[in-house]
Amino acid sequence: MKKSKYDGSFYLNPYLGGVILGTVLLLSFYISGRGLGASGAVKNTVAATVNVVAPQHVEQSAYYCQFAGGDKEPMSNWLIYEVLGVLAGAFISGIIFNRLKLKVEHSPKITSRRRLIFALGGGVLFGFGTQLARGCTSGAALSGMAVLSFGGYITMIAIFGTAFIAAWVLRKNWI
Amino acid sequence: MIGPIISSGIVSPAWDNIFAVILGMGFGFALESSGFSSSRKIIGTFFGYDFVVVKVFFTAAIVASVGLLYLSYFGLVDYSQLYIQPTFLTSAIVGGIIMGIGFAMGGFCPGTSLAAIGVGRMDGLVFFGGMFIGVFAFSESFSLFENMFYSGSQGPKMINDVFGISPELFTFFLVLAAVGMFFGAAWVQKKVKKVEY
Repeated sequence: MKKSKYDGSFYLNPYLGGVILGTVLLLSFYISGRGLGASGAVKNTVAATVNVVAPQHVEQSAYYCQFAGGDKEPMSNWLIYEVLGVLAGAFISGIIFNRLKLKVEHSPKITSRRRLIFALGGGVLFGFGTQLARGCTSGAALSGMAVLSFGGYITMIAIFGTAFIAAWVLRKNWI
Repeated sequence: MIGPIISSGIVSPAWDNIFAVILGMGFGFALESSGFSSSRKIIGTFFGYDFVVVKVFFTAAIVASVGLLYLSYFGLVDYSQLYIQPTFLTSAIVGGIIMGIGFAMGGFCPGTSLAAIGVGRMDGLVFFGGMFIGVFAFSESFSLFENMFYSGSQGPKMINDVFGISPELFTFFLVLAAVGMFFGAAWVQKKVKKVEY
């Protein structure tokens, strides 16, 4: 089956994609002195929300008070702006390669409902893990690896090593 | 211009958030156009039918690592001004294991779920929503994990120092290892039954 550029099945050569991603990451360090991330934006949004609902709780929490409360502005944060850019960049790519479509993607062997339940559970665990490890696949692993951070390499190995085993346990969801 | 250009004062800090949006757009475009908006394409790495994650991730890591060393060598970037992820051994491992399980369940990581949302994938949106619950749960139960969170602290330690070699030599080995992995991935992918998705 020949892949046409316009039926939504065309992807960049993965090595070209990697060079683009690596160049963006390099520019991020060159311009802002930091790597790319995603989970930090969620952390700041949660902290900001809790700060609006229960400001005293934020002051008393040893965790929230690092990001919100006082004169901190958790929503006016580099990562929040960057994440908005990620959505826009993906949207533009979706237009170019004709992939914009509202759908639940899943293996034909499972229902959409099952897929969404596992997606939710995966998100909950991933969110929890990012806070413990101080970053996700982008912020801790990829950006950490770019500056040769020992912790970044450890996190990367822990994520991928575990995911290989867990994916086999859960293979009926995927293949 | 010696980077990072924001903290060295060459460009006004007011521009930082504008650059954040532009860099984010590049990040999102790279993820989506490489196929990271599809959980089934991402998860292919773990079953051997599509190694796009390995190829894109390690190519990006090499380009950025080598690029930063070159910029530093030519005096174009002040390495000491860069944010180096500090090492907290215990929480990095335990957090990584929890993320790995979440990865296999959800088929996304946080960045790729955003790419999926950008092209309308509902599973990406639900995954991203789940992250808020996870972050909230961690924050509320922080006192239970506080000891683990701070244990094994080693500061902004660099991996080449662990092996007692120079950053350049480590990066050279990293490139060799990545190229080896790319050939290995191509070999495995040929042996594995295709999965249509």
